[in-house]
Amino acid sequence: MAASPAATRIDISGLGLSYDGTALFDGFDLTVEPGELLCLLGPSGAGKSTLLRAVAGLARAERGGVRFDGGCGVALMTQDDALLPWAKAIDNVVLGARLRGDRPDVQRAAALLRAAGVDAAAGRPATLSGGMRKRVALARLLYEDRPVALLDEPFSALDAITRRSVQALTRRLLAGRTAMLVTHDPFEALAMADRIVVLAGSPVRIALDAAPPRSGALRDPADPALRPLYLAVLAALEGAA
Amino acid sequence: MRLALSALAVFVVLLGAWWALSASLGLPAYILPSPLQTAAAFAARPAFILENAAVTALEMALGFACGAILGILCALAMAAALPVRMVLRPVLVASQAIPVFALAPIFVVWMGYGMAPKIAIATLVIFFPVAAAFADGLRRTPPALAEAARVMAGTGLAARWRVLRHVTVPAALPALGTGLRVGAGVAAIAAVIGEWAGSSAGLGYVMLWANGRSQIALMFAALITLFALAIAFAALIDVLTRRMTPWIAETP
Repeated sequence: MAASPAATRIDISGLGLSYDGTALFDGFDLTVEPGELLCLLGPSGAGKSTLLRAVAGLARAERGGVRFDGGCGVALMTQDDALLPWAKAIDNVVLGARLRGDRPDVQRAAALLRAAGVDAAAGRPATLSGGMRKRVALARLLYEDRPVALLDEPFSALDAITRRSVQALTRRLLAGRTAMLVTHDPFEALAMADRIVVLAGSPVRIALDAAPPRSGALRDPADPALRPLYLAVLAALEGAA
Repeated sequence: MRLALSALAVFVVLLGAWWALSASLGLPAYILPSPLQTAAAFAARPAFILENAAVTALEMALGFACGAILGILCALAMAAALPVRMVLRPVLVASQAIPVFALAPIFVVWMGYGMAPKIAIATLVIFFPVAAAFADGLRRTPPALAEAARVMAGTGLAARWRVLRHVTVPAALPALGTGLRVGAGVAAIAAVIGEWAGSSAGLGYVMLWANGRSQIALMFAALITLFALAIAFAALIDVLTRRMTPWIAETP
């Protein structure tokens, strides 16, 4: 597999952004450290996805903005896995190359698929289970080989067991990259995050910014040592709602 | 296969109803010929009917090809650039609003009694459903797919072109298939309207010719042949367009 690109710091400063006429973000600041996996939580409509879209360049900031320190360039994985329904797994993984007019590196794509636990000869998305589709989307995210990975509720539609294994895989494969992951599940954040940020209010502010104890692997979210943090996240979410 | 069987069943039922109607009403053959009389009329001059059917089939196929190609190009142009969309949208609506019946005699005056005006009418009729459906499909790429493509492709004209080619167009193929199937369904109507406005060949011509000579059984034979031709053409396009989108799962 290719070496991880240089880690990048994401610097969101003074972000101002409205949605349907209301100011969603007004002077919002957040820094994501190089190589950090930051989990964004918040009630529905709190602006988590919009923040991710602003970092991805899909939502235009009215004031302030997003700066990348180090390599620039983002890769995005969404809740709806956004796989091409007509393309085989491998063709979905190399889609980015085709869209940039580059020669698809089929061997690297096959290696990434295998690393993600998918048969490199797997067929169209409709022939794959939900978990397998997530793995294909993850392989595509990695094929993009960008220093910043953005994941918008990537695993919310999966059953508990599949979700756990894909979380572990994601955490392992994203190591070294700066990542922002939106989730509505506090346990997912507790298991995966280097840092947990809860968004709340209108305009958006940070209701909680905390770091679980450092861990290389996926944490056990039921670990009693994580309980105080779980309660703090819950309180922040409840206060926000 | 199941579709073919059910179509056959419907055909048999309709044939039976026709036969029962013609037998029970006791109408003379020059008002309502029975299926047997119609078959006899066909058997009396099969070459005459089939040769003219071939002409109509060719008009349908060429008109369909022209209308489909123009419709596809129009939809692509609309998807490629907003200014083009602003210009072509009214053209598209106007092409549908024009009463083809009223245009047919004018086309015959301009293009003569040959195949050209029939192809032109079929083109005009088929253009709209193809262009409208495909343009709609091109504008309705699933948002998640469109955004993922934008992030991967980057900015610039070349990037937009590649997104169109690798994402937007394939995503719109099911809609194009629908447009083509609708167009195929009206191809026979368009060709016959053209033939009625003035022609020296085709099934529409046979119908007028037989009508003028009170050979209603022959007229029915031509009508049944046209019916079969239209269904065969629609079925062919149906199979081809579904083959174009093999990833679309369909409920039987």
